[in-house]
Amino acid sequence: MAEAGSSSEELCDETNWVFYKYRVEWKDVTPVPQDDGPYPIVAIAYSEKFQDIYDYFRAVLKSCEKSERALQLTKDALDLNPANYTVWQYRREILKHLNKDLIPELHYVKEVIEDNPKNYQVWHHRRVIVEWLQDPSYELSFTKTVLSQDSKNYHAWQHRQWVIRTFKLFENELQYVDHLLEDDIRNNSAWNQRYFVINNTTGFKPDVVEQELAFTLEKIKKVTNNESAWNYLRGVLLHHSGGLSQVQNVRKVCEELYSSGNRSPLLLAFLVDICEENIERADGDKADSLHQAVQLCDMLANEYDTIRREYWNYIARSLTQRVNGSEEEASGSTKTDLNC
Amino acid sequence: MCTELQGSRYQNNTFQAIRVSRSFSMAANVRSFEAIKKERFKDENCPTPTSEEQMKVEESVEQLFDLFSKIVEIDLDAPTLLRLHHATFLKKSLTYLPNAYQCLDASRPWLCYWILHSLELLDETLATEDISKIVQFLGKCQCPEGGFAGGPGQFPHLAPTYAAVNALCTLGTEEAYSIIDREQLQKFLWSVRSPDGAFMMHPGGEVDIRGVYCALAVARLVNIYTDALFDNSASWIISCQTYEGGFSGSPGMEAHGGYAFCGLAALSLLGKEQLCDMKSFLRWIVNRQMRFEGGFQGRTNKLVDGCYSFWQGGAFPLLHRILMQEDGNAVSMERWLFHQEALQEYVLICCQNSSGGLVDKPTKPRDIYHTCYTLSGLSVAQHFVHGKANIVGNRNNELALIHPVYNIGLEAALNALQYFQRLHIPQRQPS
Repeated sequence: MAEAGSSSEELCDETNWVFYKYRVEWKDVTPVPQDDGPYPIVAIAYSEKFQDIYDYFRAVLKSCEKSERALQLTKDALDLNPANYTVWQYRREILKHLNKDLIPELHYVKEVIEDNPKNYQVWHHRRVIVEWLQDPSYELSFTKTVLSQDSKNYHAWQHRQWVIRTFKLFENELQYVDHLLEDDIRNNSAWNQRYFVINNTTGFKPDVVEQELAFTLEKIKKVTNNESAWNYLRGVLLHHSGGLSQVQNVRKVCEELYSSGNRSPLLLAFLVDICEENIERADGDKADSLHQAVQLCDMLANEYDTIRREYWNYIARSLTQRVNGSEEEASGSTKTDLNC
Repeated sequence: MCTELQGSRYQNNTFQAIRVSRSFSMAANVRSFEAIKKERFKDENCPTPTSEEQMKVEESVEQLFDLFSKIVEIDLDAPTLLRLHHATFLKKSLTYLPNAYQCLDASRPWLCYWILHSLELLDETLATEDISKIVQFLGKCQCPEGGFAGGPGQFPHLAPTYAAVNALCTLGTEEAYSIIDREQLQKFLWSVRSPDGAFMMHPGGEVDIRGVYCALAVARLVNIYTDALFDNSASWIISCQTYEGGFSGSPGMEAHGGYAFCGLAALSLLGKEQLCDMKSFLRWIVNRQMRFEGGFQGRTNKLVDGCYSFWQGGAFPLLHRILMQEDGNAVSMERWLFHQEALQEYVLICCQNSSGGLVDKPTKPRDIYHTCYTLSGLSVAQHFVHGKANIVGNRNNELALIHPVYNIGLEAALNALQYFQRLHIPQRQPS
């Protein structure tokens, strides 16, 4: 999207290129110029090559030609603008009509993806071809290659998840995730994939929860300021009936970190959540938990996480009101709660 | 600000004095650069590609912050929004674009919307004849089967449809409104809807959360919304909320700023905000603001980018409205739940191209998309509810107000909604 040349036009040797308007084999087709209307509005300075190809594409679209030469024309058009979803859609119609062998198409779209890995249309095209073929055998290796160049490419992950889900290829995925996390423990896409795999295989049943908590806590101890690990920890705990505050080893790690002087805002935020949960469960002294929570919020707002000052002040107010509000309601029946 | 403080600013030109006087004129949230430097990333002796990339960006941002702290000693009005440069860049782009924009040849209504909305934010007006020319061009992008395409002669697609409708509503003339074929548009929306409530971006195209947002936004704006069309959409959107709290492009994927905005805005348009875990969403989104740079990242452990000033920042007005209903007494009556000054600092100091246009992050080239979304985010950061203003730098930096659900001017949105409300809703029966 930035103002830098992005097509292959400039890069390859143009001396062999023959415009369609000069091609004998296309003499029977009248090119259709683009109908922008009389005034230039966001008028792009197309190269002669671009204009020529698209004039012929428009002609082919108009006449509904679905021939081999039309197929080749779409390839030329896509080389110049791989984001033209109309051309991709029409190419798919031609492929169907000609009943083309789709394996070469898979190789073709692989090349276009390699040059344009952040483009929606190319990944969708690959997905459709794989769907038609009902053959996922190249997909895990292909997405792995793309991810080896950009381990967070959203389209690659999305395609990979679709393949795994559709063709039930979960088997080695956790191992792949482990490998990515060894490369970069801060890779949030890998953590997300971990959640995805477990959620869709064993599910977060108690023994899995225990195993994942142990795994995550180990990572947190190594790199405390890694939001991915804390978010995953929370994600896992969603499935634990005990919640954040009840899990012994979680509390222990947090308390140890805190007493060793660790003031990571991620740790402090987690402690706030533990307090909040204690309040909600009406576990023991609500007032004490509230006091702790508010103190942590103040530390965060004023010292350790000042960028989020408004948020921490809101959380403190919200918790305070929740406790005081519920105490006002309960004042008739539970006098012990008023020891604040 | 009282006159004594005015006096101290002119008597004593040090940064100290300016910082003190500024902290009286603006909320105490204005950041000092000594304090900001403490927020530099610490890799805990465990460097990984993520931390290396983050530190590189912080390095280039710190250089600009340092430069700025010297500039502000001389230029009391800094940072200044380069209004004239941006307006010139945008106006030129409205007619002609260089060859490099060939890659956006299937997104020309987007180009119109990004430019028109940016000009609207800058309070720039267009000549009547020019408005009409743009309307006619967008008319050429409209398809007989309904919806708008990326350019004349292309197939209809939800994204340029959203962009075209937004652009036309921004133009706001009767001619602009009436070019939209509402009946056909409704048919087009039906043609891209799936029974599970999701929408394909175009017939035979990809399904993701952008689809339902684009469909809802245009349906509401031009008054063709029906319950039947969006049956199950709320639950499909909810299925995109991740364990992190944000929304993903499709179920199972990673939470992401662009998709998070689409999810929340779509739920708002459905009136079904209460279906998602708002607490979890709020936690995720406030953590997307970068403690050092001040701007927003799109995903956990990724880099700051000026466009998220809107995708992430723009969700806060929506959140505010939701929390007012759920948790009215605890909600602030002064500010959004993110650091408004820090975001303004990031945009004004790090995202402006000196020749006009704005960027993703320092060293990146300018483009029209980033110009639109940095300015949109800047507008949100400058204004609380009822336009209560909080302007960093020059008072002239103040931009026009936006409607946070559609991201067009507030006035433009209200005028369009009013116009189309009076029209009959087509009732297409599903086949």
